[in-house]
Amino acid sequence: MFSDPDLLKFIFGRLNLDAIPYHEPILVATFLAVVIGGVALVGLITYYRFWGVLWRDWLTSVDHKKIGIMYIILALVMLLRGFADAIMMRLQQAIAFGGSEGYLPPHHYDQIFTAHGVIMIFFMAMPFVTGLMNFVVPLQIGARDVSFPFLNNFSFWMTTAGAVIIMLSLFVGEFARTGWLAYPPLSGADYSPGVGVDYYIWGLQVAGIGTTLSGINLIATIVKMRAPGMTMMKMPVFTWTSLCTNVLIVATFPVLTATLALLTLDRYAGTNFFTNDLGGNPMMYINLIWIWGHPEVYILVLPAFGIFSEVVATFCGKRLFGYASMVYATVVITILSYIVWLHHFFTMGSGASVNAFFGITTMIISIPTGAKMFNWLFTMYRGRIRYEVPMLWTVGFMVTFVLGGMTGVLLAVPPADFVLHNSLFLIAHFHNVIIGGVVFGLLAGVYYWFPKAFGFRLDPFWGKMSFWFWLIGFYFAFMPLYVLGLMGVTRRVNSFEDPSLQIWFVIAAFGAFLIALGILSLLIQFAVSFIRREELRDTTGDPWDARTLEWSTSSPPPDYNFAFTPLVHDHDSWWDMKRRGHSRPLAGFKPIHMPKNTGTGVILGAISVVFAFAMVWYIWWLAGLSFLAMVAIAIGHTFNYDRDYYIPADIVTETEGKRTELLAGEV
Amino acid sequence: MTSHAPSHEDAFEAHHGHSHGHEAGHGTFKSYVTGFLLSVILTAIPFWLVMADVLDSAVPTAAIIMVLGAIQIVVHMIFFLHMNTRSEGGWTMMALIFTILLVAIALSGSLWVMHHLNANMMPMSPEMMKNMP
Repeated sequence: MFSDPDLLKFIFGRLNLDAIPYHEPILVATFLAVVIGGVALVGLITYYRFWGVLWRDWLTSVDHKKIGIMYIILALVMLLRGFADAIMMRLQQAIAFGGSEGYLPPHHYDQIFTAHGVIMIFFMAMPFVTGLMNFVVPLQIGARDVSFPFLNNFSFWMTTAGAVIIMLSLFVGEFARTGWLAYPPLSGADYSPGVGVDYYIWGLQVAGIGTTLSGINLIATIVKMRAPGMTMMKMPVFTWTSLCTNVLIVATFPVLTATLALLTLDRYAGTNFFTNDLGGNPMMYINLIWIWGHPEVYILVLPAFGIFSEVVATFCGKRLFGYASMVYATVVITILSYIVWLHHFFTMGSGASVNAFFGITTMIISIPTGAKMFNWLFTMYRGRIRYEVPMLWTVGFMVTFVLGGMTGVLLAVPPADFVLHNSLFLIAHFHNVIIGGVVFGLLAGVYYWFPKAFGFRLDPFWGKMSFWFWLIGFYFAFMPLYVLGLMGVTRRVNSFEDPSLQIWFVIAAFGAFLIALGILSLLIQFAVSFIRREELRDTTGDPWDARTLEWSTSSPPPDYNFAFTPLVHDHDSWWDMKRRGHSRPLAGFKPIHMPKNTGTGVILGAISVVFAFAMVWYIWWLAGLSFLAMVAIAIGHTFNYDRDYYIPADIVTETEGKRTELLAGEV
Repeated sequence: MTSHAPSHEDAFEAHHGHSHGHEAGHGTFKSYVTGFLLSVILTAIPFWLVMADVLDSAVPTAAIIMVLGAIQIVVHMIFFLHMNTRSEGGWTMMALIFTILLVAIALSGSLWVMHHLNANMMPMSPEMMKNMP
C-alpha cells in the first residue's frame, strides 16, 4: 500500500523524508538544542504544575496586559532566533575571503539573510510594538481593556501562528532564498520551485491577519474608550503615536495581503501577475510591496518616538516641550509616509520627474522628525535629568538616530542612490535607524514599564551593561558597513575576493559579538531582577514619579485596571492629579463587568498553522479540512453567550484595601 | 462586547469631553428602496451600453462604465452604509476621507510610476523592437 506513489502523494503532498535536513550539521545541532530546550521547558512546567495556570490565566486570557506581555515574550524569543541568523552571517562574511568559502554555502546563506529580515521585522519588531501598545494604551487612557478583548487574543495567536510557520521551515523543508521582500521573478514558481517562498507567503498572511485585526482593535480603543475629559489633544504622546501607527497598519497591511495573494496565485494557480510573460510585470510587485513597505517603517518607529517622549518627560521632571507640535509632527509623518515609497527603487528606471518627486518627499519627512528631535532636546534643557536606564537609551537613540537620519537623507538624493543602492551603505543605514530608533525605544519601553507589568523594577546594573554593549556594539557592527558600502560592496554576498576588505568585516563581526553580550545582559537582567524582586519591589505603583494615567493604579494593575474610571482635566493627567493632591477613592466600589477568557483564539491559531503547513506542502485534503474547521469554530464561537462576568464589589473592595495598606506602609 | 462597566460610569457620562456622537443610523425602508433602484439603474446602463453596442467605439463606453461605477460606490455608501457627516461624531466621514486620499495616492502613484517604467523599458522581444517608432 505504501509503495503506491499516487496515494503517498495524495496523503503527503510534496512532503517526503528528503524535506528533513538531517544532512546539514548546523541544522541538526540546532534541532537537538531546540529539542533539549523544549523538553526542559515542558519538564519544568510539569514539575511546577504550571499547565493549568498557563492555560487558564495566560494562553486563553483576554486581558490586554497579559496579551501584551505574551506579545513581548514572543518578540524576545524571535529576537534570539533573528540574532542567531545575524551572527552567523557576520561570522561567514568575516572568514569567507581569498578563496575560502566560509562555512555557509550560498543556498544556506541566502535562506539565512531572508529569515533574518523576515523574522526581525515581522516577528520581532511588530509583536514587540504591538505588545507594548497593548499593555500601555488602555492603561494610559484610563480604560479597563481594549474594545474587543477576544479579538485581541485571536490577533495574538494569529501572529504567533505565523511565527510558528516560519520556525517550522527550519526543520521541515527550507526557507525562501529571495531576500525579505521576495521580489519576483526570483520568488515566482519558475525560479523558486521549492517550499521556501510558500512558507514565507503563508507565514506572513497568517500573521498579517493578526496584525490588521489588532490595529482595528487599538484604533477603536483609542477613539472610543478614553477616560472622560481626555480629549484628543490631552492624550499622552505614546497613545497618539500608537493611534497613528494603527491607522497606518489598517491602511497598509491590506496592500501587503493583496500583493502576496497575487504572488500566491502566480505560484499556485499559474497566473501571470508578476511574471515576465503574458503581460505580467514583476515591477508592479515591487511598486505594490513598497506601498506597504515604507509605511511599515513608520509603523515601527512611531511608537518608539512615543516611548521616548514619555521617558524624556518623566526623567526630566518636565512637561514634554511642544506637545502640540509633537502631535502634528506625528500626523504629518503618518501622511507623508504614504508618498515616499518609490525611494526604495529609484534605480528601477522611472524618469527624472518621478525620482525627483519621491526624492523630495523623502527629504521633507526629515523635517517633522527633526522637529521631534528638538522637542526632546528642549524638554531636557533645564530639566532635572535622572540618568536611569530608559533615559540612557533615549540619549543613545538621539545620537544614533540623527546619524541614521542623515544617511537616509543622503540616500534620498536619487543620483547618490544610484551609487549606493543595494550596497552595504543601505544596510548600515536601515540598521542604524531600526536598531538606533526602534530597538533602543522598545528596550527603553521594556525597562520603563516593566515595574508596571510585574510589580518590581529591573536591575539597573545589568540594564546599563545591556545598554552600553548594545550601543558600542552597534557602532562597531555598522560603521564598517558604511565604509564598505561607500567602497561599493553590495549586500547579500556570501564570499569575497578582495582581501583588503576583510578587516572591516572582522570589525563588524566584533560589533555583532558585543551586541550578543548586550542581549545576554538583557537576559541576565531579567533573571537577576527576578531573584532580587523583593529589593526591587514597587509598592507605590509610581516608581519613576511619572506623569501619565498608567502610573495612578497599582503595580501590577488589578484585572480591572481602575476601580473607578479616572477623570482627566489636563494632559499628563497623573502629574496633574498628584499636584492637585488627588486622593484615592476608598469606598463605594461597585461590581465590575469583565470579559471572560476563551480558548477559541488558541485553537484557531493552531488550526491556521495546520492549514498553512498543508498549503505549503500541497496536502490539499488537510488544507480543505483545516479551513472548514476554522470557519466552523469561528461561527461556533459566535454562539458562545457565556462571555462576561462581574467582579463582585467586595472583591474590588478587598483588592483596593490591600493597596491602601501597601501605600500606607510606604509612607 | 466591551469591558466598560455599565453602572459606575453613569455619574461621569455628563463629563464626557468629546462627543461620542450618534450611532450610525439604520436607514428607512424608503432609503433602502431608493438605493436599490439607483443601483439597479446604474448597473443596467453599462449592460445596455455593451450588449446593445450603443456607442461605436470601446473607449467612451469604458469611460462611461467607469464613471457609473464610481457613482454606484457613492450610492452604496450613502444608502446602504449610511455614510453622512454626523455619524460617530464625524469619525466615519474622516476615516472615509482618509481612505479615499490613500487609495487615490496608491492608484495615481502606481499608474504614474508604472507608466514611467513602461516608457523607459527596453523592448522585451524582437517583435516589440520591430514595432518601435
